[in-house]
Order: sequence, then structure tokens, then C-alpha cells
Amino acid sequence: MAKKTDITKAEGDLYLENLTKSFGDFTAVDDLSLQVPQGSFFALLGPSGCGKTTTLRMVSGLEDPTAGRIRIGDADITHEKPYKRPVNTVFQNYALFPHMTIWDNVAFGLKRRGIKDVKKQVDDALELIQLTQVAQRKPTQLSGGQQQRVALARAIVNRPAVLLLDEPLGALDLKLRRQMQLELKRIQTEVGLTFIHVTHDQEEAMTMADTVAVMNNGIIEQMGAPTQLYESPDTAFVANFLGQSNLFPATVVEVDGEDLVLEDPDGSFRMPKSRMGRNVSTDRGARVLVGVRPEKINIAALDAAAAGPADGNFVDGVVEATSFLGVSTQYEVRTPGGEIINVFAQNLDSQDLLPVASQVRLTWKPIHGFVLDGRQDIEAGVEIDPDALVVS
Amino acid sequence: MSIAAAIGDTIEDEPKPPPPSTNKGRKFTAYLLMLPGMLWLAIFFVIPLVALFMTSLQTPVPGGEVGQFQQTFSFSNYAETLTDDTYYIPLIRSFIYSGIATILALLIGYPLAYAIAFKGGKYRNLLLVMVIAPFFVSFILRTIAWRQILADEGPVVAVLRVIGVVGETGGIYPSAFAVIMGLTYNFLPFMTLPIYASLERVDPKLIEASGDLYAKPMTGFFKVTFPLSLPGVVAGTLLTFIPAAGDYVNAALLGRPSNTMIGNRIEYTFLSVNDYPTAAVLSFILMATILIMVLIYIRRVGTEDLV
Repeated sequence: MAKKTDITKAEGDLYLENLTKSFGDFTAVDDLSLQVPQGSFFALLGPSGCGKTTTLRMVSGLEDPTAGRIRIGDADITHEKPYKRPVNTVFQNYALFPHMTIWDNVAFGLKRRGIKDVKKQVDDALELIQLTQVAQRKPTQLSGGQQQRVALARAIVNRPAVLLLDEPLGALDLKLRRQMQLELKRIQTEVGLTFIHVTHDQEEAMTMADTVAVMNNGIIEQMGAPTQLYESPDTAFVANFLGQSNLFPATVVEVDGEDLVLEDPDGSFRMPKSRMGRNVSTDRGARVLVGVRPEKINIAALDAAAAGPADGNFVDGVVEATSFLGVSTQYEVRTPGGEIINVFAQNLDSQDLLPVASQVRLTWKPIHGFVLDGRQDIEAGVEIDPDALVVS
Repeated sequence: MSIAAAIGDTIEDEPKPPPPSTNKGRKFTAYLLMLPGMLWLAIFFVIPLVALFMTSLQTPVPGGEVGQFQQTFSFSNYAETLTDDTYYIPLIRSFIYSGIATILALLIGYPLAYAIAFKGGKYRNLLLVMVIAPFFVSFILRTIAWRQILADEGPVVAVLRVIGVVGETGGIYPSAFAVIMGLTYNFLPFMTLPIYASLERVDPKLIEASGDLYAKPMTGFFKVTFPLSLPGVVAGTLLTFIPAAGDYVNAALLGRPSNTMIGNRIEYTFLSVNDYPTAAVLSFILMATILIMVLIYIRRVGTEDLV
């Protein structure tokens, strides 16, 4: 048990150990364990109702865990009162005190901790968010983006061991959100605090965070650097939730050295064993899901590609639909086996656009694909439009 | 002039007239809607007020009978009344009683409103109905009931005698205490409801935010919840204090002659002494004093700053 007096000054990595929270029969967070290194920008990403906000509220002390422990460094804060924790939150709708000026809002935390001379710290915080000029205004006189920054300053000024951000950009419009993402990242780098950012917006998580934990149904599906999650997803949920994936079922034929020989209705092909996700069985006849990102597939008219690449997997098909997106063109290609494969082709030369009904060959390097356990829902994490989920 | 040009002209001219007329129409509608209220106020408030003011300046007809007065402009009526201790003492007493009753109602009503707003859960509406329920019984009846409650044989005195607050033969009715209890009780809903309305609108996230920013629950209450409920507190205290200051039922039913309030004094002067000018003067002084106190109060609390 840590000494009580140390808790408000605790610092170090944040540990969640076997954390569980149940509301009646519903388990919002299920035996969750993770470590957030001090000074890192950590994102908890998941669809609404996945338990990410509940996790955050347990760290801030607004919810009491059903089981498990929360530590900051050596200090156990599991059941500590919110006002004693060295943790501050940027609330979803900012929760600025409407009866106080911006300056008083920012000074609130410092004053409650009995710090005498708060002027310099408050002024510095307002400077950090570039809002010195509105210090004497009330929150309602500010725009949404400005209120958002004030909420950030109000939390940061206390130099907490952990700063929690609960969908902080959810209420802003798209353009402002992009701007604030960069701003948040800048501020985090500048102050060097541990940021835990809860969001349902995968792009937001990937842009800002050093480490992203993808949550679903109260558990962490996968955790890692954004590139790692994107390039090597462990589960169908992660593959579909982070960006887009073409997933198609296949069966294991055999293991040949470092390669896995697989078979699907369109023929047999090879994938490196190093590209396997979690729990993939290599037994003969085992079902797997093969995934490849749409932008990693090369598309070419069949006659031009007839020679076929020396290395790589390929499948032939017919273009069913195209949509020109400016920077790229999206093709939907139907294979003889009946699969629909999405392809993003960069618009290097607009004359290369392939019309609907063209016979095409799709090729990709095996190293760009990934193999997942076939016993999971192929649709997991699909069709969750982040912007449709913005909570009021 | 070609036909096209002619049409063009009419098209250009036509849209102009309607806006002022609709505008006028709208204004007319607004006046029409205000008319009944205005008429009501004019007939039953402004005219009686003027009449009352004129009465307050009357003097007795020389050698006339009791209750016979003539219209003069004797402003000295005010000075004479204000310096007569049979009048100014009940006036001061009224403000002391209603002031204490207002503070008591606030001390009881605020926690009540807070509990209903934040802890009421699904019983919120039921609890609110219970706050209003006493209104279904007549004001006079409820006040008379307090006689029973506070009577020497009643439960309150019995308890007070046991714990020794009141002597073996002592009582609490009639007394100033009983009057203040009556006032507090009768005006409690007027205190509770506006405070509830204010508290109910306080975003619980703000209270969470104050805890997150190192405020202990008590500090959070005084720094965040209470300031945000001030509009309700101001409304509640005014709705309690103003009618309580002019009340005469509670003092008449629960007090001794030494507990008379200004309301009782006005009633007595008007109905028993038939000294209409003095009763009118007292009414005006009461009104003016309350008005001044309210203005000072509102200015000090500064409600216009609140969201």
C-alpha cells in the first residue's frame, strides 16, 4: 500500500491491472490490463459502448472499479477520491464553469490545491493555447474551438501525472478537428505529460498517438504503434475498424518452410508465416482470413499484365464499379470465385483509368497481406462510420 | 412603353408595400395580446394605487365623525406615522420576522431542493408533488393546524419539555417563535421550487469537473453548484420575503398582541380605527421599503452576471 501523502504527487507509468467494471449484468470493461509509459500519447480507440469512456472514468475516479487495480508509478489510486488523484480530464463537452471567466476557470485547479501565486502559471497556460486575449471573458462568449482549448489549458495547468481526454474533439467540425489534432500533439510534445485520449475516430487516434489500444466489447483487441496496428492487425475487428481491409476466407493446405500455402475458390497462394495474426491455426484444413489493404493491391488491365509478376499473389477479375476520388480511384473488382475486392489506385496518370467491365489482374506482395484466425466474424468492426457516431 | 417594361414595373413595385403592412399587423397583434393584461393592471392595480396614495394624503374633516376625511395633500401624514412607535415597531418587527423566516426557509428549502434534484431519481416528480401538496389545503386552515401542533398539549411541546428546553408549564404558542414557524412553513414551497428549477439545470458534468480539478465535495458545492443555483435562490428568497413581510394571518393566529406585524397594524387601523389615511400611509411605507430592500439585494447578488 502506498503512503497516502504521496498520492497527489505520484508520477510514473500508469498501470491498469485486471481492471473490471460491471453495471448490473453488463460488463463494460472486462479484465483489462495495460501500461501507459510516462510522457506518451496513448489512444483508446473503439466504437461507442466499447468501454473506453468507462475505463477513462475509472482512471479519473468518477467510476469505482468492480475489480482490479490502477497505479501511477508505485501509488495505488484504485479507490482514491477524484480530487486526490494527480489526474485531470478534458471533458467531452468541455464542462467549463459558465459563471467564471476563462482566467478563473484555468486557475481553478491550482487554487484548490492551495497554490498561492497562480498568476504566472495561468498566464503561461493561456499563452500555450494562444488565448491570452480572452482571459476575462466568460465561456459562452467563446467559439467551440476556443472552449476546447480552454478546457485543455484548465487541465494542463495542473501538470497532472496523467491527462485524460474524453472525445475532446467530438463536438468540433471536421476542419477544426484536423487543426486541433495537430495543436494537441504540439502541446503534448511541449509539456511532456502522459496523455490518454479516448476516441472513436481512428484517423484521430492514428494521427496523434504513439500507442493505440483498440477496444471492443470491454477488452483490448490489439495495442501497438499506429503503423503496427494498420500493417499487422491481429483480429478482423482491428483490420476493419482501422482503415479498410479486403478480407476473404481461405483454408490452410500446408506449411512450406517459412510460407503458408493457402487455398480459396480463386486458387492457391502463399503467405509468409510472419504475417500471421493472433491464434491462427496452421493445421491442414484450418480456416483462416486473408487480408490485404486496398491501397496495397496493384491493378492492371489483363492484357498488359499477362506476363504476370515473378513474385506475388494475383487474382484476375472484372471491374464492377469505379469511383474517382481525386487523389486516387477506387475500384470494386469481382473475382471468378465471387469475392469483391476493393482497390485504391493512385492517380499517377489519369489515362490509366480502367472502365467498368474491364478484365483486370490484381497483384500484391504476400508480405503486404496478413493472415487472421478464420473463426471470427469477417464483418467485425465494419460499417462503423466514425462521424455517424459523434455523441452530442 | 412596352408591355414587358410595364410588367417589369409592376413586378418591381409590388413587393414593396407588403413588409410595412405585415410589420404593422404584427405590432397590432402584439398590442392586442397585451390589451387584456394591461386593462386588468390599469383597473385593478394602477387606479387603486393612485386612489390609495390620494387617501394617504387625506386629513380628518374638522369636527366630523370618525372615518370622515377630506382630500388634502398632507405629506406630514408620513412623518407622523414614521415617528409613531405603535407603527414603526411592528414595521421593523415584520422585517425581522420575515427575514428570519426567509433564512429558515432557505436553510430547509435548499437541501430539500438539492436532494430532489440530485438524489431524487425516479421519485423526483412524486417528491415535487409532495412539496406542493399543502397548497391543496387552505392557507388559513394550515395555519390554524399549527396552533394544534405547537399547543401546550401538542407533540412539539411534549418533546421540548422532556428534553428540558421548555419548562414544565412553559409553552411555545402563542409567541414570536410560533409566528416565525408559521411563516417559514407557509412560504417554504415558494423557496424550494425556484431553487429546484435552478439546480435541476446544473450540468452534473460541472460538478464532476470540479472534483477532477481537486475541489473537495464541499468546495465544489460552494464554488460551482451554489453559484449556479443563485438565480433560484434569489427568486426563492424574494418570493418568500415579500409576501411574508406583508403577511398578517400568521401573526394573528399564532402570535400574541406583542407579536403584531405591520399587516395586522394596517388591518386594525383600517377596519377598527377607521383611520384610512394612516392605513394607506403604512401600506405605502411597507411597499416602498420592500422595493428598496429588493433592489439593494438584487444589486448585491448581481444576478444579471449569471448564465
